[in-house]
Amino acid sequence: MVREEAENTREDMVIDGVENGHKPNYEIPDEFNSNYLKTYYDKFFPFAEMFKWMSYGNDRKHPGCDASYFGRREFSFTLENDIYMRFQSFNKAEELEKAIKYQCPFKIDIGPVYSVDPKKRNSYAQSGDNVFRPVERELVFDIDISDYDDVRFCCKGADVCSACWPLMTVAIKIIDTALREDFGFNHILWVYSGRRGVHCWVCDGKARWLDDGQRAAIVNYLHIHKGNEHSIKKVTLVGQTFHPFMGRSAEVVKEFFEEKFVLNQNLFSDEDRYEKILEMIPDESITSELRGKWQDKKRSRDDINVVRWGQLKHLLQSGKQKMLGVRRCVEEIMFTFTYPRLDLEVSKHMNHLLKAPFCIHPKTGRVCVPFDPKHCEDFDPSSVPTLSRLLEELNMRPLGSGGEINLENTSLGESYRYFKSSFLQPLLKSCKEDIENAHAAKVQQSSNSLSW
Amino acid sequence: MEIIGSRRKSFLSPASDAAPTIPIYRSAPELEVRLEDFELYAVHRLRVLKGISDALSRGKKPNEMENVVKELLKVHMSHPEASQVMSKDIISHFVLRLVYCREEELRKWFLSMETTLFRYRFLLETSEAQIALMAEFDLPYKIITNAEYENLKDKLNKVARSMNSSADTIYYKAPFEKVPDLVARREVFIMKGYAYVARSQVVSLLVTHYRSHLSKALILTNRKWTSMIREQEKDRLTPIVEALSTSYLGPDYSQPKDFGEISLRDIDQIARSSFPLCMRYLFEKIKEDHHLKHGGRMQLGLFLKGVGLKLDDALAFWKSEFSKKVGAERFDKEYAYGIRHNYGKEGKRTDYTPYSCQKIISSTPGVGDHHGCPYRHLREENLRAALNNMGVANRALEDVMDKVRNKHYQLACTLTFEAVHGASCDQGINHPNQYYSDSKTILESRNNSKGT
Repeated sequence: MVREEAENTREDMVIDGVENGHKPNYEIPDEFNSNYLKTYYDKFFPFAEMFKWMSYGNDRKHPGCDASYFGRREFSFTLENDIYMRFQSFNKAEELEKAIKYQCPFKIDIGPVYSVDPKKRNSYAQSGDNVFRPVERELVFDIDISDYDDVRFCCKGADVCSACWPLMTVAIKIIDTALREDFGFNHILWVYSGRRGVHCWVCDGKARWLDDGQRAAIVNYLHIHKGNEHSIKKVTLVGQTFHPFMGRSAEVVKEFFEEKFVLNQNLFSDEDRYEKILEMIPDESITSELRGKWQDKKRSRDDINVVRWGQLKHLLQSGKQKMLGVRRCVEEIMFTFTYPRLDLEVSKHMNHLLKAPFCIHPKTGRVCVPFDPKHCEDFDPSSVPTLSRLLEELNMRPLGSGGEINLENTSLGESYRYFKSSFLQPLLKSCKEDIENAHAAKVQQSSNSLSW
Repeated sequence: MEIIGSRRKSFLSPASDAAPTIPIYRSAPELEVRLEDFELYAVHRLRVLKGISDALSRGKKPNEMENVVKELLKVHMSHPEASQVMSKDIISHFVLRLVYCREEELRKWFLSMETTLFRYRFLLETSEAQIALMAEFDLPYKIITNAEYENLKDKLNKVARSMNSSADTIYYKAPFEKVPDLVARREVFIMKGYAYVARSQVVSLLVTHYRSHLSKALILTNRKWTSMIREQEKDRLTPIVEALSTSYLGPDYSQPKDFGEISLRDIDQIARSSFPLCMRYLFEKIKEDHHLKHGGRMQLGLFLKGVGLKLDDALAFWKSEFSKKVGAERFDKEYAYGIRHNYGKEGKRTDYTPYSCQKIISSTPGVGDHHGCPYRHLREENLRAALNNMGVANRALEDVMDKVRNKHYQLACTLTFEAVHGASCDQGINHPNQYYSDSKTILESRNNSKGT
């Protein structure tokens, strides 16, 4: 995998001072080790932007700012040898930077903002008034492709390929649209998790102030699959019509399932695979008719998966089918395979930790890069910059150009630019407005009460 | 509220002589109450709340709950003098606030039951009474204009039809987080952060406000209690208040009393003889797979704690199973912390209580999970097989399956208990640890009578 990276340099990447034809060997042999990581933290990790993000405008430049805000955020470090340091907190950007460069954590997690500095939590009570508890936390989502293992046949577990990665794209489209259109959130960051999934951070003030019960409500709104490995069909759709959210999602699901998924996964060309689908149909006469047709192994011009799916749909949705349950089966099958599968617990609890963007995944060496959900179809996990590639780029800089690296000129440039201009800038602008408005309202209130 | 000696009769002040409707308990009333009524009324109301709790555990559906509440109120909250019914209602509520404000677990339970009581009382009221109540709440939400309605009519009707119910014509616009239950079940149309709540669904908005108000009131009551009332009333009301909370809540099994310790050696045997199906199932799964996902670890782990398994033995048990799959080292790094956490030895050191049937039945196991209530989540054939293994067959098995089909999961478990032990269980199963302790009681008394 490393060898590929050296050859697949992106055309739009600008590397200072490299001339064609003159290429000393800068290849980095391994994907990941702690020395490489140290260099990454020294030269690449965007501390300033991460600090700005986590401060949510509380940069002490305005009287309405809360100077204690950043210091009440929990970070946790997982060091080499799986040593785990929870409840880390920092009062200034420099402290965070220093700690990360010193500890060189293999993983950095971000937790909630607590009522008080997490380092002081033991001085506070568990009940009554003076309690240590989370007070703000982004609404987060974690989607992992291994949760789809029972419906993908190209890969299992930690592996991902171009046939199954598009399941993530479907999930991103459906959830991102719901978050913006239905829930009215604006400041949403999608991040590649480094190996086999994606994370979503919803950073609007309203989202950060949601309590566990409200988060659970949002998660249940988005959640469809019930049942476990013992249930055959995990999706049951009731009602004469779809809720508008479901209707909108059904279109995304259907397009992907019919045009790509049945083909990529060869859902109908293999008997074991299509038996799984036939099991989901509650009508024996239909399933035996289909089984009969398919034993036949007739050749046809069109892809066999498309043909057979068409036959199945035709039988289930024909005018003869009176029972709604049978007609609905077509959608239920498509939803079972391709509708988003969320890790519910991650989203429901304010105190759940989630990996920080721009970390490096120790197993793949890839950077957990933010990306634009509007172009999620073009996102290719195999072209995400790796630690070794970044170090090669570092090595290829001409001698004497020491000092600060400009991330914009590395293969991280696109993600970094996106993060800053499309996410961070609008977010901070909105935070500033909120702080100024809240402060103005408070001043107004106290001046009102003074006039007795 | 003024507590008076027994010789004077309590009476209602003229202002509360309004038409019969539900009080919303905004402030302590100007009433006098006799000392013996102080306790009596509270006990009666507690019977109503306990009745609601039981009905919920038995999985009663919303339309059934309306009748349950109606009956409970008729049986317990009436009064020979019609004019005293309202007084009794108000007084009992405020007395129970004192009783249940004192700890987080008590507050949660009281809040949950009182909110449920309010919800169904509201639904039982006439249209006029409902409108009057809504006015009393004085909610800040507006009805949407005709123009807005025309714009959204399509979508609003779709939502109604998706619930197989008829469309409404009056809709309130409220932030989505004010109706979390409707959002969770996709029973409301939401757009850009606002929910469009039908007139028929307004109870959800009221419930949110009722709950929020009561929650804050409980915190304030707790403060007053600890700072002033408890001491002031130590010879009169305090002993009554303290006795009331322990006498009616079922034991929570957080401190295993009666059976002392169980050792690792005994676990296999007692699992076979005395564990309820949910725990037997998890126990067998971990022996089979040498792993359990988080939900299963919590459910089984806390149950074992309640049964008397000490922390060291628990660590040894989980370690011996998990190391067969992930290795001893990884167990120590990734799982030991969680077990210690359950016993209150890590983190915020809450001593977690084992889950009740209600909690287990309402959990949502996903792909790869084995927790939850097997009567609810297992496919019929798997459930039959599992029950056969427990020695439940023929007539008894069919009776159990019949209960399952009607979604009476706790009754199914009760019948299983009775079949396995050859003894009746009159109060029904409400908690896995109750199943265990009842089982031990029976087995031990049999041993004792054999021994002598």
